[in-house]
Amino acid sequence: MITELFSTTVLIGILASGIRLATPYLYAAIGETFSQKSGVLNLGVEGQMLLGCFAAFYVTFTTGSLWLGLLAAIAVGALMGLAMAFVTVNLRAQQGISGIGFYLFGLGMSDLLFQRLMGTVETVQGFPKIYIPGLSEIPGIGEIFFNQNILVYGAYLLVPLAWFVLNKTTLGLKIRAVGENPDAADSLGVNVARVRYFTIILGGILSGVAGASLSIALLNVFQQNMTSGLGFIAVALVYFGAWHPVGVLGGALLFSMVNSLQLWVQVLGIPIPSDIAVMMPYVLTILVLVATVSRVRAPSALTKPFERDE
Amino acid sequence: MRSKLSTLFDALLPVIATLAALAVGTVMLLLLKVNPIEAYAALWDGAFGSANSFAETLVKATPLLLVALGICISFRGDVINIGGEGQMIVGAVLATWVGLTFTEAPGWLIIALALVAGFVGGGIWGGIPGVLKAYFNVNEILSTVMMNAIAVQLMNFLLRGPMIDPAQAELASKIPQTARLIDEFHLARLAPTRLHAGALIAVVLAVVVYILLWRTIWGYRIRAVGQNPHASRYAGIKVSRYMVLALLLSGAFAGLAGAVQVYGVNYRMITDGSASGFTGSAGFNGIVAALFGQLHPLWSIPASILFGALLVGANKMQRVVQVPSALITVLNGLVVVFVVSSEIWRHRRQRRRLAAAGEEEAQPKPDQPQVQKEAGQ
Repeated sequence: MITELFSTTVLIGILASGIRLATPYLYAAIGETFSQKSGVLNLGVEGQMLLGCFAAFYVTFTTGSLWLGLLAAIAVGALMGLAMAFVTVNLRAQQGISGIGFYLFGLGMSDLLFQRLMGTVETVQGFPKIYIPGLSEIPGIGEIFFNQNILVYGAYLLVPLAWFVLNKTTLGLKIRAVGENPDAADSLGVNVARVRYFTIILGGILSGVAGASLSIALLNVFQQNMTSGLGFIAVALVYFGAWHPVGVLGGALLFSMVNSLQLWVQVLGIPIPSDIAVMMPYVLTILVLVATVSRVRAPSALTKPFERDE
Repeated sequence: MRSKLSTLFDALLPVIATLAALAVGTVMLLLLKVNPIEAYAALWDGAFGSANSFAETLVKATPLLLVALGICISFRGDVINIGGEGQMIVGAVLATWVGLTFTEAPGWLIIALALVAGFVGGGIWGGIPGVLKAYFNVNEILSTVMMNAIAVQLMNFLLRGPMIDPAQAELASKIPQTARLIDEFHLARLAPTRLHAGALIAVVLAVVVYILLWRTIWGYRIRAVGQNPHASRYAGIKVSRYMVLALLLSGAFAGLAGAVQVYGVNYRMITDGSASGFTGSAGFNGIVAALFGQLHPLWSIPASILFGALLVGANKMQRVVQVPSALITVLNGLVVVFVVSSEIWRHRRQRRRLAAAGEEEAQPKPDQPQVQKEAGQ
């Protein structure tokens, strides 16, 4: 049965679902990369995702418009980001802990709204697969890369875009300066608070989209606590990817490929207990963190609130 | 006089934060078209209305307090442990295994061994991220999250496989649970309610942790490392070792919470496949309680009772006014956000005090001597 894993159809299946599964991680982790690059650890990603998940699903379910659903997730994510920014920038609250608070808030709020507004698990028709003439027809490759829905494509386009913004634009320079040495950035006239507001809200928006990608593009349902730790893993992937969008992409792909592999192992009925198989991506992530992280330095001002000397 | 007033104000900050959260809760209840007075009355009644409901509150508060004690240690050492859920699970697994394996031994011995097993199991699960942080520079937030996920799968595997209740194993729809512990192994009940000796153990341990943190050299070093790892290193403290110790102890208390949950409440390990299915999210809510208690083991006692009350009261509120108990999770989140946000006022006043003191004495006393004394040992 093990040999079945290596047949072409199964391999293509594993790779295609691996590519798809990486989507929510990519959105959330790229967003988190921005906020961490500017020196803010946002641990509330999971809560933002859950609310985005629900908002997207509920609006799509009631209006029938996927785009309105996505917009709702963006709005909710932005609002959560705004609150987080106020608490961490203006009130200079400890970031890790306030993140846990925002997580609990999102967890409870999405559950509460779900029970009040819907009550039962429903399904929607999610974003359809987009067929790209030519590319989608390439054997194997087409099936793996070019037979996905728009949010999946968006997630992968986000990676080079994030790299470009962070490394090749003035905005990116400001973000990195604020994360490395806010005092120096401030003395050069960079508005530290404004930069951090921008990155935290951007992070919130992308977390919201990550949630939407689950509820209206990949799974097309909403259930209580349906992200089940996905947002926390997205935070982990930022460390894993050493605060570099391409590294984050590598981490997200590794994680979701192993995840996809274990799903197929179960589908094919290979006798590995499913609970043990599900454990594998997490074990692997820890092992890779052990092997890589020690060489990379975090942004110097990460988790440190900025205060102007007066 | 003024310093007394401001100490009082500091102590009141969490209370103000809670009131603020309750105020937001009121607005939410109004939006849900529920009479807030009725809802909060149901909450209060559910938590404190009778001896039984108060006992339930204390039963819920017990794991919160145990987890919170561990959190006091790790957060004081500036390591953030959000792996309480996983640590509870692993502690409970080991403790349950003890009780199901040695059925011939006397009850007191097994209970003692099981509690130790829970402590050790949680300690291992917290110690691993500790080692990873101290020696491999792996961020503990990430590793504890990962360890949570691994623990959940481990629990599901064991409860569906090797450790499953023989009675369930024969059924078609198997509930993931272990066999029931024999009656001799149950923690003693304290009153004709569900209140059990675990609550007492937790309170005693709160005093122990207080002594550990403020009256022993290990506690002193954990706090020193938490406040300034660089200065501690210069002072000759083995920083890595105390980081591991902080996380290990933190995990151990969570593991003990898991063991107490099995031996005091459920008498078996049971889950619905998620972490909270066994822990009731005590691994997370314990963090909230510890923060609310300002990371002080003794203040964590009333804090845990408060959050235990909220959790128990929420069920009653759900029954009486049909507000989903998820509202309480929302309020817990808000309390955390408000408490950490309110710290700014404390810091401001502290600085003003220092500035005032600095003007009175030309040279303010630096903190250095304390650390130097440490180096001399």
